[in-house]
Amino acid sequence: MAQLVETAKELLKSGKVSYIIGYTAHGDNGTKPFIARTEADAEKLVFNHHCVNNLSVYINKADIPENGNIGIIAKGCDIRTITMLVQENQIKREHIYIIGVNCNGQVKDIGMNWEKENVAQKCALCEVRTPALYDVLVGDLEDFEKPEPTTMQLIQQIEAMTPKERWAYWQEQFDKCIKCYACRQACPLCYCDQCIVDKNEPQWIETSPTSRGNLSWNIIRALHQSGRCVGCGECSRVCPMGIPIGILNVKMNMISMRDFGFKPGMNINESTLVGSYNFTEKENFIR
Amino acid sequence: MEENKFEPRIVAFVCNWCTYTGADLAGTSRLKQLPNARLIRVPCTGRIDPIFLIKAFESGADGVLVSGCHPGDCHYNSGNFHARRRWMFFKELLEFVGIDEKRVHFSWVSASEGKKWVDIVDGVIETVRAEGPFNEYEQINKKNMIPIE
Repeated sequence: MAQLVETAKELLKSGKVSYIIGYTAHGDNGTKPFIARTEADAEKLVFNHHCVNNLSVYINKADIPENGNIGIIAKGCDIRTITMLVQENQIKREHIYIIGVNCNGQVKDIGMNWEKENVAQKCALCEVRTPALYDVLVGDLEDFEKPEPTTMQLIQQIEAMTPKERWAYWQEQFDKCIKCYACRQACPLCYCDQCIVDKNEPQWIETSPTSRGNLSWNIIRALHQSGRCVGCGECSRVCPMGIPIGILNVKMNMISMRDFGFKPGMNINESTLVGSYNFTEKENFIR
Repeated sequence: MEENKFEPRIVAFVCNWCTYTGADLAGTSRLKQLPNARLIRVPCTGRIDPIFLIKAFESGADGVLVSGCHPGDCHYNSGNFHARRRWMFFKELLEFVGIDEKRVHFSWVSASEGKKWVDIVDGVIETVRAEGPFNEYEQINKKNMIPIE
């Protein structure tokens, strides 16, 4: 994408940004995260169907450079997480220069071929192929074949089960968990300096991968993401055991949509869902 | 008393300013209530981290009750409003992972509602008693152990 490289070069030359977080080619048909600091580096930037990583995980308020800002190449879904980070006062909007990209779908995982069955689930119901927020927009929209929304189908299947069946289903899934916390590390919105599982006085969650600790961890992880998760799908992608943890977040997002008509990260001027309240709202479950 | 009859263990997280005082009123008014609920007093419902409820289930609670000031009555102005949103997600999440909704209860009880407190506690205890014991969470680790012959 010549347009992307040109834009990046100009930004670095003008000193608007001190570096650009982007993607570079890696392996046969994959990409890897890449930080471009010079114009020569900018030549190596790419954007295609294999840019699966959500790069906003590399934005950290501690890393904001003193002179210049951070440039970031981001898809629509990644920009929603940047919006969330701004809303939650983790970063200032003016410190981030967003190079928005018109996204034509992404593969499920790095190194996969661009075929219909390899298209990521999040692309099935995507509404932000043209980002909602950006400083400069590059690329053109092209049609692509969207995958079947199997995530939604799985949620409906689980909802149709009895509580006992649901318990058994999730037990089977969570028992695979090895507590590697890849889901936490890959999530741009899991930015706590000390995660609740790292606290040991008192120890709230068992740290060893026991069934009970796994269940508690996965419940709490999903709860801490509720009303915040933008559905970038990185947690499910990085899970080495293939647990569909992302569907817990999707389920929580369905609730915020149903009860509040709220979609996280769509409007930078909104306040966050769990950080605000209305005097009157749904409380039919409270006696 | 019947031998081995199931007595549910209910953990009740109550706010200091309304429900705890309401429960106190129930006591001083000599209202009769079932003894299965253990009260844990917290400053505000906004202080109740959902991990408390998880920990209660981990430790073998059969049911959990969370209670605080009515909306608008919070001693700290907005604690219960924030709590209400959190519970909305939490309740549905627990249901989604297979913990029956009949084991998690929420209520607003003010300092003057001693009678309401008694009704709610008795109601929760009876609901959970009908559901039977919930030790799946507590004993979840045992299912993977290899029994010694």
